[in-house]
Amino acid sequence: MDSNKNNIGIKLEYEVKKDDFTRAGEASSNIKKVLRQLGIDSDVIRRTAIATYEAEINIVIHSEGGTITVYIKPDRIEMIAEDSGPGIEDVRLAMQEGFSTASNKIRELGFGAGMGLPNMKKYTDEFYIDSQKGGSTTVKMTIYI
Amino acid sequence: MLIKDIKELLDAEFLAGYEYAEREVNAAFGCDLMSDVLAFVDDKVVLLTGLTNPQVIRTAEMLDLNAIVFVRGKIPPKEVIDLANEMKIVLLATNHTLYTACGILFSNGLKGITIGGVEG
Ligand SMILES: Nc1ncnc2c1ncn2[C@@H]1O[C@H](COP(=O)(O)OP(=O)(O)OP(=O)(O)O)[C@@H](O)[C@H]1O
Ligand SMILES: [Mg+2]
Repeated sequence: MDSNKNNIGIKLEYEVKKDDFTRAGEASSNIKKVLRQLGIDSDVIRRTAIATYEAEINIVIHSEGGTITVYIKPDRIEMIAEDSGPGIEDVRLAMQEGFSTASNKIRELGFGAGMGLPNMKKYTDEFYIDSQKGGSTTVKMTIYI
Repeated sequence: MLIKDIKELLDAEFLAGYEYAEREVNAAFGCDLMSDVLAFVDDKVVLLTGLTNPQVIRTAEMLDLNAIVFVRGKIPPKEVIDLANEMKIVLLATNHTLYTACGILFSNGLKGITIGGVEG
């Protein structure tokens, strides 16, 4: 974790590894702790934790690995999840509730409901996703405090 | 309903958090899909599940859930119990199936959560 205070607020950054199911969720857990220490409203904390957790799990399950960066500013929390591919073929389809390409092995772990991206959208005030097949996936989310 | 009542009704045993037996829950949710839990569940809800991996605890942590019941006699590995202790989450284990465990709690007055105006 790299945390520093300056004019952009507080920046938190975490590396998320592919297929690392034991550590999956640690970044979001840490983000949640920091927000709690800062005395942020509990509803904002919950929504942020859910959004970063879904993004973190998607990086673990679906990507080659990536990073989660969070900026805590006086009026909002910005979250950026970025990975190094393989990208999403049809983003519109991926955004639909229930759409999932998760394997049976992943489903046995409790994922693959196809609710992660819809959840991120539902719990945040601004949601933006950019992805191409063969490229990286970037999810940017903002929650106003 | 209090955690200790849930324990009695389900003939369950504590795996973690027995010191929180007096905690109260307002509803229950039975599910093996973590994103569905994240989509619908609020705090003060007990989660009943057949999954025993660390992600179940992480999911509960994100939602501030304070109790999980493992059904079908499943016992999670030690690191999962350790994580629950660290997060102050109650873990119970029962031999009942998910359906039966939910039925017992429901018939004793613990309702489901509300989704789009319908009790789930
Ligand atoms: N970072 C990513 N890289 C590549 N593909 C992704 C990524 N995130 C999502 N996807 C694709 O979009 C689909 C839908 O994602 P979403 O998070 O909504 O559901 P899921 O991860 O399959 O299941 P759930 O989140 O409910 O456990 C995924 O099945 C996958 O095909
Ligand atoms: Mg997902």
